[in-house]
Amino acid sequence: MTTAALEPTTLDISGTPRIPLSRLVLVELRKLADTRAGKWLLITIGVITALIIGVFFLTAKTSDRTFLNFVGVTATPQGFLLPVLGILLVTQEWTQRTALVSFTLVPVRSRVMVAKVLAALVAGLAAIALALGIAAVATLLGGADNAWAQIGADDIGKFALLQASGVLQGLAFGLLFLNSAAAIVTYFVLPTAFSIVAGLWKPLEEAAPWVDLGTSQQPLFSGTDLSTDQWLHLATGTLIWVVLPFALGLLRVLRAEVK
Amino acid sequence: MITVDGVSKTYGGFLAVDDVSFVCRPGRVTGFLGPNGAGKSTTMRIMVGLTPATRGRVTIGGHRYADLPNPGRHVGVLLDASAQHAGRTGREVLTIGARTMGLPATRVDEMLELVSLTPGEAKRRVKNYSLGMRQRLGIAHALLGDPRILILDEPANGLDPAGIHWMRGLLKEYAERGGTVLLSSHLLYEVERIADELILIGRGRIVAQGTKQELLQARGAFVKAVEHERLVDALARDGVHVMPSGDGLRSDAEPLQIGKVAAAEGITLVELRPAEGAGLEEMFLELTSESQRDDITEGANA
Repeated sequence: MTTAALEPTTLDISGTPRIPLSRLVLVELRKLADTRAGKWLLITIGVITALIIGVFFLTAKTSDRTFLNFVGVTATPQGFLLPVLGILLVTQEWTQRTALVSFTLVPVRSRVMVAKVLAALVAGLAAIALALGIAAVATLLGGADNAWAQIGADDIGKFALLQASGVLQGLAFGLLFLNSAAAIVTYFVLPTAFSIVAGLWKPLEEAAPWVDLGTSQQPLFSGTDLSTDQWLHLATGTLIWVVLPFALGLLRVLRAEVK
Repeated sequence: MITVDGVSKTYGGFLAVDDVSFVCRPGRVTGFLGPNGAGKSTTMRIMVGLTPATRGRVTIGGHRYADLPNPGRHVGVLLDASAQHAGRTGREVLTIGARTMGLPATRVDEMLELVSLTPGEAKRRVKNYSLGMRQRLGIAHALLGDPRILILDEPANGLDPAGIHWMRGLLKEYAERGGTVLLSSHLLYEVERIADELILIGRGRIVAQGTKQELLQARGAFVKAVEHERLVDALARDGVHVMPSGDGLRSDAEPLQIGKVAAAEGITLVELRPAEGAGLEEMFLELTSESQRDDITEGANA
């Protein structure tokens, strides 16, 4: 009892530094890879990236084997898989109920979310770096004569923009649904459903370039320069399909009761 | 020290937690006891900011939980041992916690050893763990940051008797070193053996709180005399009310008072002892029977 009476009733937190964001990002990167599903998704992204470049190497005409073309073929498979990575990074916290632990260790939830966004972007950039690396090797092994021509920083930049937007859209859908299956299905079905409806309903078809992200993202990996209108289309599409669901999902997660 | 001050939580029109106030002190194990659905878990989630309170506030050592710069270093929390990624290994679960708090990897090994999870078990995925192993892992996770305060929701759930014995020793020692422990349970015998202080909750309201001694204390006495009738009269003159109990008498008065009366009257007592008190169990049942019944009805309607 005497020891109890001497115990201070207040906690001295002055000597405890705040958890730095960098540490939270490293933890989120670890969460991407420390389960069987996560590990295999990362391996799949790596293997498919290598495979698609290999197939292109073997099937394309020698004159088509440019560095940019090698990089370009990875856009579609990575564009499919990276959003899934983003979705799982968010939804695993709910389906496996680890949010209970994560938000207890880091009660300012927005910091966990910022860490997740940064971790997903790092993973996306790593995938692009892998694509660039394998494409470079393929080009060195048997590229066309002018394989390295016409590579601008903007080409790589647009490619990165495309994949980053995909990762963020995955995170956004994950936040919005907090359920892996619902988020993945909606992510893949919605664009198709949209084009079907747009085909049937005239006003929507006319608005399609402004709304349909699939169409407005096309120029990002076709190696052409974007016109002002195309940039605007891209901006509105991104606003509708990435920024808006992200904001709504974030609001939901920040306020939700975690059980 | 944990201070819960006038906390209420409503869901729609349903009052899940109703004006709950209590204090958990350093050096003491506080047991939070109540039937399922009484509001224990909701109160504990409110403490750590997972559930927003409708009214009232909770401070942990004088701070709001959300204001703690690195909560795991001050407060160890186990709210649900099953809320872990089934695909992660036990070691990985602790590693993520240790990395988040900024602890060395050796801390993970220390904690695994403390809760007796072997290296082989630590390598298995959590989905292959028994509930008892998950609880041990959860307790290891709560203790990772060497906190001064522990908040544990149903930590004994799924532990075998040896496990409960182990946890009792662990928490007692932790409190003796000056730690603050709050643990909840819907089973009386678990808390009765571990806790120094008890808080009983039913239907979202605190129905009793105090030290275990206070709450366990039996009121009144049981007495058996050779001169039965004379004792009844003598006690009545002294203003002591008695009622027959078996072949003796039961009274609200303390044994000392009855003994004095008997001695003064020269009455031969063959038995005089504190009444077998209500005991905590009876009180627990009594205090919570209403909510228990409601739970069952609600369950049947659902």
